[in-house]
Amino acid sequence: MDYFIELLFSGLTRGSIYALIALGYTMVYGIIGLINFAHGEIYMIGAFTAFIVATVLSIYGFPLIAIVIIAGIAAVVWSSSYGYTIEKIAYKPLRHAPRLSPLISAIGMSIFLQNYVLLAQTSDFLPFPRLIPDFPFMEPIAHIVGSTDLVILVTTVIVMVALTFIIKFTLIGKAMRATSQDRTMATLVGINVNRVISATFIIGSGLAAIGGLLIASHIGQINFYIGFLAGIKAFTAAVLGGIGSIPGAVLGSLILGLTESFATGYVSSDYEDVFAFSLLVLILIFKPSGLLGKATNQKV
Amino acid sequence: MKFTVSGKLFSTTACLMFALSAPALSFAGDTIKFGIAGPHSGDLASYGLPSAAAAKLVIDKFNANGGIKGKKIEILQEDDVCKPEIATNTATKLVSSGVEVVLGHICSGATIAAMPIYKDANILVMSPSATSDELTYSGKYPNFFRTIAPNAAQSPAMIDFAIDKLGLKKIAIIHDKGDYGKPLAEGAKLHVEKKGKGQVVLFEGITPGAMDYSAIVQKIKESGAEVVVFGGYHPEASKIVSIMKKKRLDTKFVSDDGVKDDTFIKVAGDDAEGVYAAGPQDNSANPLALKAKEEYKAAFNSDPGAFYENAYAATVVMLNAIEKAGGSTKLEDLKKVLQTEKVDTPVGAVSFDQKGDAIGVGFSMYVVEKGKYVVVK
Repeated sequence: MDYFIELLFSGLTRGSIYALIALGYTMVYGIIGLINFAHGEIYMIGAFTAFIVATVLSIYGFPLIAIVIIAGIAAVVWSSSYGYTIEKIAYKPLRHAPRLSPLISAIGMSIFLQNYVLLAQTSDFLPFPRLIPDFPFMEPIAHIVGSTDLVILVTTVIVMVALTFIIKFTLIGKAMRATSQDRTMATLVGINVNRVISATFIIGSGLAAIGGLLIASHIGQINFYIGFLAGIKAFTAAVLGGIGSIPGAVLGSLILGLTESFATGYVSSDYEDVFAFSLLVLILIFKPSGLLGKATNQKV
Repeated sequence: MKFTVSGKLFSTTACLMFALSAPALSFAGDTIKFGIAGPHSGDLASYGLPSAAAAKLVIDKFNANGGIKGKKIEILQEDDVCKPEIATNTATKLVSSGVEVVLGHICSGATIAAMPIYKDANILVMSPSATSDELTYSGKYPNFFRTIAPNAAQSPAMIDFAIDKLGLKKIAIIHDKGDYGKPLAEGAKLHVEKKGKGQVVLFEGITPGAMDYSAIVQKIKESGAEVVVFGGYHPEASKIVSIMKKKRLDTKFVSDDGVKDDTFIKVAGDDAEGVYAAGPQDNSANPLALKAKEEYKAAFNSDPGAFYENAYAATVVMLNAIEKAGGSTKLEDLKKVLQTEKVDTPVGAVSFDQKGDAIGVGFSMYVVEKGKYVVVK
């Protein structure tokens, strides 16, 4: 039973990590119908920003809690500005182009950012500072749930609640929902669609940056390539849950994380990805729009 | 008067020059042509240049003692920049200029690409550094020898260390599903079975680059393993050891040359303490190695780089083989000597097995202590 609980928590942690990234994919897709392949790189840039800020601050001897908060804010701001800029440079000029063009532009952006970080920083793995300390009250159950797992789970829940609040109750949230339903109509009723799209990119990128910070301090290392696999997995989770749907992204991520964890635990980690993607295929066969996705009739 | 003197001088000089050049011309066919191939320029030059320097130092010593059976040794050096596609040209060039033995190549990929050309020409090739298993285990290259242990030799080294030295019986073998890690892990598993002692309680591959290895760490714990033997590179190893520490697991961690890298210690930090890794044999106690190092320092006023000792050893054994074979450089004659005679070199007393691997050249185990890899005595 202990073993089951351990695997359950390891799956939940993994799922929460996926969820923080998957939300960015799903929000952007919901608004402009674009798969933002550069999103994984935004996550990586968030981790790098946090790394640089945290390293500098720890040299100056700041207390840990201050480092976490400042590094977190810096990562969110920096990543958001990247997300905002990418949208303006790579996607906005192509908004009325055929659907394939922004997709290629997104892939190009992803490759560009990876190589940019590779050249500007290093190709080596860098040790990420331990931003999350071992809490004494977690010690009795540290072998099941670590302090970092706990922080990741709690942060994810807080972020989800905040996001739901923004989307449900704020003006910008309403505008987002309107834009996602019908962009032309939203423009006609006076919503500044460009601003809504920018806001979406900013929020999505901020979430990815939080994810970057949490995951990097969980596994203790970063390099320029971490965004790729994280992006692919999170994208899979978003599709699983129904891309465009926010609760769907969270659900999909948790299912993906748990599947991987239990597949490793009870079968073999050799087949971790096999199980994850078989599940994806299976769900898409029976529910092509994902678990919580709405089946839409595309006007072609 | 003046004219006659200069006339005499002229004719004497001419005679002298002729006299000097004549034997030089006739010796041209009587030198032993020693090829050196490896990266001597480009970003991997630091792997190739120490080997070339080692060969030159040894050859100079031989030449100063009158060469081998009256023949001087002539060096032909060619650059392959560690690239397989260039290595084939390098090999062709060396073969067509008539080399009799070759020290090289340095990188495994380049060596594999060049070997067929030397094989067709029946030329003895000895690498100081190419560790690919294919070179000797495949049996494709009977003319290939090396003075470095093949990758595959790490598996028995890791297992013997875990079972005999650490006295642990229950072994979890983890690998990264890659070209380097997986064969090592499979070799380790076979060795445990062959050894009879010890038991493999878990054998699994992990996905490199994955964000979280908690599940596999839980599984290691559940399996009751006393030691984890990991085949792969340092990024995954450091993630696994940190998560093991986080999950309060004090299972020992034994890994390979891919982990014996200072980046591993840098990234894993305190969690790296007590991790064991196999690395190239430690020769620091060998007097011949110290002597070879001194020679390099005297000549270049700096410390020798990678594979210097292995290249030094390779040159010594090759030249010794030519000498013992009576000056012959025929592959069959040299092979016979290489496989029967033991020669003292900086990497120990070396002879070769049927495959072409050096007997007595292996891996040492290192352990992380206070942020540094030190040899386990």
